[in-house]
Amino acid sequence: MASVVLDNVKKVYPGGVEAVKGISLNVPNGSFTVLLGPSGCGKSTLLRMIAGLETITSGTCRIADRVVNEVEPAERDIAMVFQNYALYPHMSVYDNMAYGLRNRGTPKPEIERRVREAAKMLAIEDFLERRPRALSGGQRQRVAMGRAIVREPQAFLFDEPLSNLDAKLRVQMRIEIRRLHNRLKATSIFVTHDQVEAMTLADVVVVMNQGRIEQVGKPTEVYNRPATRFVATFIGSPAMNLAPGRVIGRGKVEIPGSGTLDFDPDTFEVAEGTAVEVGIRPEDMTVATPDENTGFVIKPEFVEELGPNRLVHGTAGGEPLVLSVASSMPDLGTRALGLRVPANRVHVFDTTTGRALRRG
Amino acid sequence: MEKRAVFRSSWLPLALVTPQLIITFVFFVWPASQALYQSVLLEDPFGLKSQFVWFDNFTALFRNRDYLESFNRTAVFSLLVAGFAMGLALLLAVMADRIIKGATGYKTMLVWPYAVAPAVAGALWVFMFNPRIGIVAYVMHSIGYDWNHQIRGQDAFALITIAAVWKQISYNFVFFLAGLQAIPRSLIEAAAIDGAGPAKRFWTIVFPLLSPTTFFLLVVNIVYAFFDTFGIVHATTSGGPAKATEILVYKVFNDGFIGLDLGASAAQSVILMFIVIVLTVVQFRYIERKVSY
Amino acid sequence: MVERRPLATFLAHLVLILGIVVVAFPIWVTFVASTHHAKDIMTAPIPLWPGTQLIENYRTLLFDGLINPIAGGVPLWRMMTNSFIMAMIIALGKIFVSFIAAFAIVYFRFPFRMAVFWIIFMTLMLPVEVRIVPTFKVVADLGLLNSYAGLTIPLIASATATFLFRQFFLTVPDELAEAARIDGAGPVKFMKDILLPLSRTNLAALFVIMFTFGWNQYLWPLLMTTDRQYLTVVMGIQRMINVADTDPQWPLVMAAVILAMLPPVAVVLLMQRWFIKGLVETEK
Repeated sequence: MASVVLDNVKKVYPGGVEAVKGISLNVPNGSFTVLLGPSGCGKSTLLRMIAGLETITSGTCRIADRVVNEVEPAERDIAMVFQNYALYPHMSVYDNMAYGLRNRGTPKPEIERRVREAAKMLAIEDFLERRPRALSGGQRQRVAMGRAIVREPQAFLFDEPLSNLDAKLRVQMRIEIRRLHNRLKATSIFVTHDQVEAMTLADVVVVMNQGRIEQVGKPTEVYNRPATRFVATFIGSPAMNLAPGRVIGRGKVEIPGSGTLDFDPDTFEVAEGTAVEVGIRPEDMTVATPDENTGFVIKPEFVEELGPNRLVHGTAGGEPLVLSVASSMPDLGTRALGLRVPANRVHVFDTTTGRALRRG
Repeated sequence: MEKRAVFRSSWLPLALVTPQLIITFVFFVWPASQALYQSVLLEDPFGLKSQFVWFDNFTALFRNRDYLESFNRTAVFSLLVAGFAMGLALLLAVMADRIIKGATGYKTMLVWPYAVAPAVAGALWVFMFNPRIGIVAYVMHSIGYDWNHQIRGQDAFALITIAAVWKQISYNFVFFLAGLQAIPRSLIEAAAIDGAGPAKRFWTIVFPLLSPTTFFLLVVNIVYAFFDTFGIVHATTSGGPAKATEILVYKVFNDGFIGLDLGASAAQSVILMFIVIVLTVVQFRYIERKVSY
Repeated sequence: MVERRPLATFLAHLVLILGIVVVAFPIWVTFVASTHHAKDIMTAPIPLWPGTQLIENYRTLLFDGLINPIAGGVPLWRMMTNSFIMAMIIALGKIFVSFIAAFAIVYFRFPFRMAVFWIIFMTLMLPVEVRIVPTFKVVADLGLLNSYAGLTIPLIASATATFLFRQFFLTVPDELAEAARIDGAGPVKFMKDILLPLSRTNLAALFVIMFTFGWNQYLWPLLMTTDRQYLTVVMGIQRMINVADTDPQWPLVMAAVILAMLPPVAVVLLMQRWFIKGLVETEK
């Protein structure tokens, strides 16, 4: 197993489109790192550059301390799981898994041993003689993983491997991938646009947007302390509410039309009078009793029932605002609601750069 | 459409296309350019001297009654072949499309003449129409028509047309049937609900939707009648009697190999080449437009 | 169709049966003629039911080289062999050459790639018939007259097959090639291990079309071969019909017609499913 280190890696396509705009990233040995971002953010391109399927325009890519920019994919000692699995349709499951080893001249008994072992690990022993066509989506997915595992590579690369599965299977495979990682402790880089996958799988999440890294951190970090407005709204469902505000004192911000909120002045550093953007997660607000004056009020417009909880849609400062409340709450009607928001759950962003105005 | 995934090698792709390129250059591009070159030269009968004569060979051709007649004959021939082969194939395809049970059996029974060589098709029909023993000629004699393609030009012309149509029906049938089966059932059902009867449905829904296939086949059939029918003519009538079946391709062959008039033959080749190019371009233009819908 | 109309369905069957009868009738007459004595086929009306000479006629035709002075000396099995060799070389050669060319065009980027594509496209516009004299000259200059090479090589370049393979390769997911690259397969190995097996259906379809094309060649062998050793069966029939001063030996000619049709028709019928798919797809 090995680390993967990127240093100022860029990808410019012929025609001038810059897909990856200078990325430096250290994926330590044994870590499960997830590249997360919307489609077109450059995450797949980055992964494909690590795999050697795309040339690196500038910068360096190191795998196990070796610069691999000019190394053929097969020589990089990596394995990749593709979104559509890319199983060879005319080969049996066994041959699919053995193909890469045979090409490397691995001795037959060794191939046999590794394939059997991986098949056992993935519970696909019964299908080894079948063709991919005869397998279900989940089984194909396992074969694709098996093909990677038997190679015993320096690093595993996953390119949205779960997005072709239905919702239920996706959850199941997600758990299995994590379990497998806990067992193999292999360096893994996993690309996805699904934040739930990222949060549940990752040791480290790398949030990307428009060819750049927005934030690198543990799942709890990117959720609790988003570095930018983009990260704040991309992670979390429903998305974080954003409303325009103005700082009116130390740790106090006014949202015109809705009232004022407290924020933690030790975390955020903003001069009085500054126009800012205030972020609050729907799940961080609670409804006050009718006679309690919280200083922050919204006008509900309609309600979405989700089962375990309920989303109340309203506006604050002219911007739409969503509030998540427990289903056990009685019907709130359409009267104005006073909301309680803990100061340490209020985020403050620069209106122009979008960066969180954190101290330090 | 392009592939994203590519292999990297500078010599391998060139090595892989080389066989095809060599064959194409040696046997296609070079001879075609030779034909172009010779079409503007006048060579003496012994091939010793040649002289650059601009477009004299072409103007001579278009003043030549034989050539013009052959041109007309080919045009009539190709229209007749395309019309009959396509009309009959469409009729059969529409019928086969109606049938659910046994459609494959009919298809099998109709498809095989595709595999018969034009010259062999010619041999089949020349036997059927043989004035003395042919079964069809016998029937015609008995109803009072004195069929004799060895003497009468129009009979010979009819003979090669029939043989050419017979062979081409299967090809057209395959395409019409595929075209018909590609029309969504829901469209026909919608028209039926709108109160259109079978005939009306055919002319207002099916036939218009089939028009790309029809157009494609029209071009293919004309090309077929122009070029692939050489075998039929050569094996049955040899262009006779009295040049009544001398179509353009046969004339190029005859003038080039039997008459040894290289300049005229080359000029004829160039004109034929021009016709194929126009037909191919028209066809591809049309397909492109169809795709961009 | 939408409504159930027994009468219309009956009519459809009737038209189809009629069509088949018209299409098949000449073959029946031909077959019947090939089973009779020559003297029975001298005067109209000729019989419409098979005679007794089937085995005798076909045996004579296939193995005795005496049939007529022009095609004479060459028994039909010899012509059939020639036709078969020619058809096989053309079919396999075309498939091979087109397959590797399409592979190069789709899976590589190289200088003049589009130019190569258009040059191959041009061959569509230059059928043998329009360039017979100069092509004949090239083959003669290369000393390839009266040889299998001369008969086949000029017919091996095929835009149709190249385009079909290209079309098919473009539908193969990119990830397969990428997975193969990561699995350590180079281009040639990928072509051999992955692409070739995946192309089976297309290979079969093209084989049918190209075999038929090769077997049915007429003008080209007519020019290329003066040596009787290279006579193909399709040409042989023409020589048997056009005999000077005497009637053709119809039963034997008709037996030759049947034998000349048999291999390509058999190939088309046996591989009908692939053949129809291939035919419709090559023309897209």
